[in-house]
Amino acid sequence: MTSDMNLTLKVWRQSSSKSSGQFVTYHAKAVSPDMSFLEMLDVVNEELLQKNEAPIAFESDCREGICGACSLVINGVAHGPERGTTACQLHMRHFKNGDTITVEPWRAKAFPLIKDLVVDRSAFDRIMHVGGYVSVNTGSAPDGNTLPVPKDDADWAFDAAACIGCGACVAACKNASASLFVGAKISHLRHLPQGAPERKRRAKAMVMQMDQEGFGSCTNTLECEAVCPKGISTRVIVEMNQEYMCAGG
Amino acid sequence: MQLDSKIPSGSLAEKWDTYKNEQKPINPANKRKYHVIVVGTGLAGASAAASLGELGFRVSSFCFQDSPRRAHSIAAQGGINAAKNYRNDGDSVERLFHDTIKGGDFRSREANVHRLAQMSVHIIDQCVAQGVPFAREYGGLLDNRSFGGSLVSRTFYARGQTGQQLLLGAYGALNRQIQAGTVKVYPRTEMQDLVMVDGHAKGIVVRDLVTGELTAHAADAVVLATGGYGPVFYLSTNAIGCNVTATYKAYKQGALFANPCYTQIHPTCIPQHGEHQSKLTLMSESLRNDGRVWVPKQKGDQRAPEQIAEGERDYYLERKYPSYGNLAPRDIASRAAKQVCDDGRGVGPGGLGVYLDFAEAIKRLGVDVIKARYGNLFDMYAKITGENPYQAPMRIYPAVHYTMGGLWVDYGLMSNVPGLFVLGEANFSDHGANRLGASALMQGLADGYFVLPYTIGSYLNGVKPGSARNDQPAFVHAREGVADNLNRLMSVQGKQSPDSFHRKLGKIMWDDCGMARTEASLQRALRDIPVLREEFWRDVRVTGKQDEFNPVLEKAGRVADFLEFAELLCLDALERKESCGGHFREEFQTDDGEAKRDDANFCHVSAWEFKGLGQKPVLHKEPLHFESIALATRSYK
Repeated sequence: MTSDMNLTLKVWRQSSSKSSGQFVTYHAKAVSPDMSFLEMLDVVNEELLQKNEAPIAFESDCREGICGACSLVINGVAHGPERGTTACQLHMRHFKNGDTITVEPWRAKAFPLIKDLVVDRSAFDRIMHVGGYVSVNTGSAPDGNTLPVPKDDADWAFDAAACIGCGACVAACKNASASLFVGAKISHLRHLPQGAPERKRRAKAMVMQMDQEGFGSCTNTLECEAVCPKGISTRVIVEMNQEYMCAGG
Repeated sequence: MQLDSKIPSGSLAEKWDTYKNEQKPINPANKRKYHVIVVGTGLAGASAAASLGELGFRVSSFCFQDSPRRAHSIAAQGGINAAKNYRNDGDSVERLFHDTIKGGDFRSREANVHRLAQMSVHIIDQCVAQGVPFAREYGGLLDNRSFGGSLVSRTFYARGQTGQQLLLGAYGALNRQIQAGTVKVYPRTEMQDLVMVDGHAKGIVVRDLVTGELTAHAADAVVLATGGYGPVFYLSTNAIGCNVTATYKAYKQGALFANPCYTQIHPTCIPQHGEHQSKLTLMSESLRNDGRVWVPKQKGDQRAPEQIAEGERDYYLERKYPSYGNLAPRDIASRAAKQVCDDGRGVGPGGLGVYLDFAEAIKRLGVDVIKARYGNLFDMYAKITGENPYQAPMRIYPAVHYTMGGLWVDYGLMSNVPGLFVLGEANFSDHGANRLGASALMQGLADGYFVLPYTIGSYLNGVKPGSARNDQPAFVHAREGVADNLNRLMSVQGKQSPDSFHRKLGKIMWDDCGMARTEASLQRALRDIPVLREEFWRDVRVTGKQDEFNPVLEKAGRVADFLEFAELLCLDALERKESCGGHFREEFQTDDGEAKRDDANFCHVSAWEFKGLGQKPVLHKEPLHFESIALATRSYK
């Protein structure tokens, strides 16, 4: 059992998108190694509130790594040092007493800052609006087993569908590209027969919307794959490019 | 007030068809004149908004999250039930219906449950068509697994992320309607009050969580799909943002709140580790397919699990419930865990834990098979605890997970307030006193895809579209009331954070109204909650301003509502002088410690009517009739 730690935090504070921001230093004392990173921030916030200062704004909801709300760059890495782990599932046992930790928001033109560590990721929703689905009305579906899907295809589709839409891929990319996010949806539906009728339209529309939102292009640095909490492979970007090219002008 | 559940006539199997046939369709050209507000974008809300949009209604969809995709349905792990009988193991609509009624300890409405079982098969078809990547076998057909409270294998799943995949399917359907222009979505927007005009629900007041702006929205009907109230216990498996505000505000406007004391404590969660813990994490019930639950036979046995020989272990679920074994329903498995821990045989820090052991399954099936079935759950366990569940057994303990109670609704899912519909976990209707595993996803999607689209028409047919406008006095007045409430929260300027009050409330609720309740504990809670509420309004501190992004203010508003709602929950628990499902009153148990129902006096739905804060709410009873299943004592032995 490791004992409690004292940590120095350098946290990005910015009251709104219109004001300028800066790093502010805080001291987190008696941090238990069993706490999650966000619970550590909760304690810092409780102290700030006691001092009548505005707590650090950050997002979280499920706190079990599936909703995709949390969005912190910790020591320069989206979601922090543990692979395959969202910030909410990152536990303090991965840090040591006396560490200095920097905490920043996702930084990307397409994710405008709202406050402190909270950004606006609605660009992701707008990309999904234009084609991230199978067009099927409620009530018109045939029996589920009329359409066999080879297990390997289903598994591959699932691997891509596991995306939680957190945006770490964008935050990690030097071009702020959303290719891993977009590729994940295109790949998920490409590997299933249900997705086939709209393949071309989907790929074209989603890629075009991604460009319009101001995300950059992919230059194969593969940082996105390294930070993705769900381990989504950059193979989905290859597939996105294939689908887009096959879709024609 | 006479509660009319409006259950159609005829045999159970015919009721839904009878109901549908009696509906007069709305002219497609008129549908777009109707505006429907849907609050919440989880499985129930997203599927309802999308389906109503497809039908041609104008829909406004609201969620407090930054995206509809983050609603807490996303976190459901294990699966969704459907009576497909693809396993050839004798499943049927009747069997699913029967299991659900029995699982709910005979405290749910037969007609609703039967319809749910009927709808279950369509849900799977719909989700497959949407491209939900369900688990499949090598032959390409859909795979199933078993869940608690059932002896057939009817649970469809997508690894340990079934809720995520189903929600993303519904989110896709919603997105399609947004693109088509039938649905307008308002993310980061939280409902603050329900607006009533001439006794009908006609709109809501919302707060824009980024700017703090308050706006009123008028509609022809309001649909609440805002989930449960588990976080009234502070620690639960729910998301940090889950709250009771929408349904509680509706209650204060006249909607009846039914069976609030029915709360589900899930048996397999990771035990609490420290005082700063913000939530508890569920380990899917599906793990009980292959994991065996045990504690040492000897009290206070501190040895490591591998040093405890087979003969010194008590596989208490297998011992007490030989026919269901580790797949006993949740309420029973939770209570059994509490009993062995109370007996001094719990494991881990504080003795608040039991083992969930996969050693035998790994030996029988190999690590690879276990990894394929539960890999992400094992990873999650390892991340949180720092222990490797492939090598040592998991330690688990019960935690608040789901709430069966909710706003009272009739067969058509409309509350007693005309024009107010309530779906999914937010209503009370289908799970009685205990929900079976993999049935929440089923109910949310049945309500949203297949029930509401038929039933909302029966109300709208009698309503002139567009009659409510948000500049009417009722809307202006409601908006002012919300503003006053927020100003009041901001102006206390006390010393304690909203979160600290929430923790205190949670402690009262868990200690006095948790897994075991007594008359004395409930009376203590009913004495302590108003005191805490008074302290809150005297000493809460909300930093920042109203007209900005202010998570402290959001939290304060939610805690204020929990502080009122908690009293209702405890009152309901006090008045229900029997044990049933998740509601366990220690005074009412059998000789071997099982829940003892009192069908003569409590075979009813308790629906509470608000009469003002500090006033005792009025109890209305809807008697429950069991025509196709005889009332019986549950046995999983």
